Amino acid sequence: MAKMSMIQSLNSAMDNMMERDPNVLVFGEDAGYFGGVFRVTAGLQDKYGLDRCFDAPINEAAIMAMSIGMAAKGLKPVAEIQFSDYIFPGLDQIVSEMSRLRYRTAGQFTSPVVVRTPCGGGIRGGQTHSMSPEAFFTQIPGVQVVMPSNPYDAKGLLIAAIESEDPVIFFEPKRLYNGPFDGDPGKALETWSKHEKGEVPEEHFSLPIGKANIVREGNDLTIVTYGTLVHVAQAAAEAEGIDAEIIDLRTLVPYDIETIARSVNKTGRCIVAQEAPRTSGFAAELAAQIQEECFYALEKPIFRLTGWDTPYPHAHEWSYFPGLKRFSTAIRETLEA
Amino acid sequence: MSQTTPRFHVPAPSLRPGDKPDFSHLVIPPAGEAKRPDPSVEGMKTQDLALGLVRVLDHNHQAVGEWDPKLDAGVLREGLRHMLMTRAYDDRMQKLQRQGKMSFYMKSTGEEAVAVAAAMALENSDMIFPSYRQQGILFARGRDVVEMMCHCISNSRDNLKGRQLPVHYTWAEGNFFSISGNLTTQFPQAVGYAMAAQYKGEKQVTASWIGDGSTAEGDFHGALVLASTYKAPVILNVVNNQWAISTFQGVAVGEGATFAMKGIGYGLASLRIDGNDFLAVYAATQWAAQRARDGHGATVIESYTYRAGPHSTSDDPSGYRPKGEEEEWPLGDPVERLKNHLINLGEWDEERHTELEAELKTLVIAAYKEAESHGTLHDGPLSPVESMFEDVYAEQDWRLRRQRQDLGV
Repeated sequence: MAKMSMIQSLNSAMDNMMERDPNVLVFGEDAGYFGGVFRVTAGLQDKYGLDRCFDAPINEAAIMAMSIGMAAKGLKPVAEIQFSDYIFPGLDQIVSEMSRLRYRTAGQFTSPVVVRTPCGGGIRGGQTHSMSPEAFFTQIPGVQVVMPSNPYDAKGLLIAAIESEDPVIFFEPKRLYNGPFDGDPGKALETWSKHEKGEVPEEHFSLPIGKANIVREGNDLTIVTYGTLVHVAQAAAEAEGIDAEIIDLRTLVPYDIETIARSVNKTGRCIVAQEAPRTSGFAAELAAQIQEECFYALEKPIFRLTGWDTPYPHAHEWSYFPGLKRFSTAIRETLEA
Repeated sequence: MSQTTPRFHVPAPSLRPGDKPDFSHLVIPPAGEAKRPDPSVEGMKTQDLALGLVRVLDHNHQAVGEWDPKLDAGVLREGLRHMLMTRAYDDRMQKLQRQGKMSFYMKSTGEEAVAVAAAMALENSDMIFPSYRQQGILFARGRDVVEMMCHCISNSRDNLKGRQLPVHYTWAEGNFFSISGNLTTQFPQAVGYAMAAQYKGEKQVTASWIGDGSTAEGDFHGALVLASTYKAPVILNVVNNQWAISTFQGVAVGEGATFAMKGIGYGLASLRIDGNDFLAVYAATQWAAQRARDGHGATVIESYTYRAGPHSTSDDPSGYRPKGEEEEWPLGDPVERLKNHLINLGEWDEERHTELEAELKTLVIAAYKEAESHGTLHDGPLSPVESMFEDVYAEQDWRLRRQRQDLGV
């Protein structure tokens, strides 16, 4: 085991896979020589050569299309979209092409591309560097959607994504790149070095796509969330002194309904939380499915804690972000008799 | 239409329904005039070829000039057969669509040389990223006609399990990629595929096709950027058939420009060729394939042609272009031109031609009868309903399993 940040663990995942499989290629805007604006691909070009890790032109649609063509020929492209806010020029290639190639060719061609992209706010990124656009991608039959919340999971899931036979949109909560975040922007930055999930094997390992992780077992209520908010939920539960069960979804498509339903049937109370805007967010899907599965166990309406239906603001970032205060309100309301 | 002067420029064709077809404004350079540089030439140095028009067959049906690929009569007859087969198939399928046998059809009439000659100039192992009007490639590569029809009528033997509109063929075994239906998406994908082939150390060339209107898509730019940046072994064909459904090519090309010239801006070798000239299409494709195989990078080829039929069975050109324009196209009909060339060579005659047409017509009718024995869209049998939930992912997750059960299959 080694101490790793999420940047290092993601890098280590690609390193392991590039070493194992000559068909794994890594590319994106600034991802080659420089190693990416967040340094996630640092050193890979040096180690594996120009044709294994290279810079791509600033054209997300072309990056997606190139990946699809390469995957159709049997390579394993791992494409970086520099910020998930920039993924939209590539959306047609993802929605109409990458996701459907297996289906529309009845399996004659497939497109198992991994699209890595940093998401989420809390870094003073303003409206074009803070989005959480994951819900868009959960509406696309044929792609899997993954979002880890710590270095250990990030590595295991990225390796699983690269080994998957189907495309994966892999969201990396950039606020967590260098350390966990409990939702208090006033505190000094923590690093992953003291966190148990900052212990990551240097060798190859994978975590199953589609399997949630119960980060804290409890009986009072269930909090279902993913990404940055996993850590905020833990801090809020602790601050409120409640025995919460906290589920880190890890995979949004296909999400682990079994783990969620078992928990909510046990606690009878549930908060679903996301950083993205409220309307038609992934929390809405979770709330709908949970009430189908757990209606008779529910003591209170499912609480949907989300960002606001506004673009991600710059100056008012912390009024947008579903932080500790809003988590506490959600917990109190959900626990009321 | 309002007679006021538009406040900004909106291009429009000079002739509309009710007008007499007239192509006298087109500048058609004589056959044999274009120079043929070595396929290793720097892309930028093909500017004259991007502005001109590579033509081999002249008005006396002779093959002339440096671009003459000097093909054996046997190869020419084979090309003629594939083009006639394409035409016979298209005509039959169009009629069957009119009879309600399939939901939709798209003919390639007038553009048979663009597909057939290119396919014949490539190796069968070369990869094809087609648009929806290159069915000629399938005939040139020996695709089973019954299988093609089974796809078009979405029956139990459709190799795409009824998931695609008619004519959106896929044939992996024949190195024929899937046809999207969303325009131009295949163009940059083809570049990625070509790069992957190179990465794997293969000598395979990848070729893709789009239409004139589709060059307006961002993916056209993406494809050309990728192709020039990575010097990919790819052939990027723009089939300028003058019409994007009802929209004339002037809405995409820009005043006075050619589609081939767009390639020059990216530093790519770019050729503008007579797309109704079997020999010109063959020679240009052969040139571009050699260039790609020898590691000199990509070529943009604009095939100048005319869409003689409607865009699809849902379209009626009498609403937007003069009646009979296809008869007046100054570069003629690709089948007639190759036929006349063969006759001129003493390698063909009217009698054999008529016989071949009759043979292919009979073949197509018999093939359809066989295809129908595997079911039709209306009366079945189709692919089993549960197959609707297959191939979304390699394995069905709980959502798809449950949804399949909800449907009761």
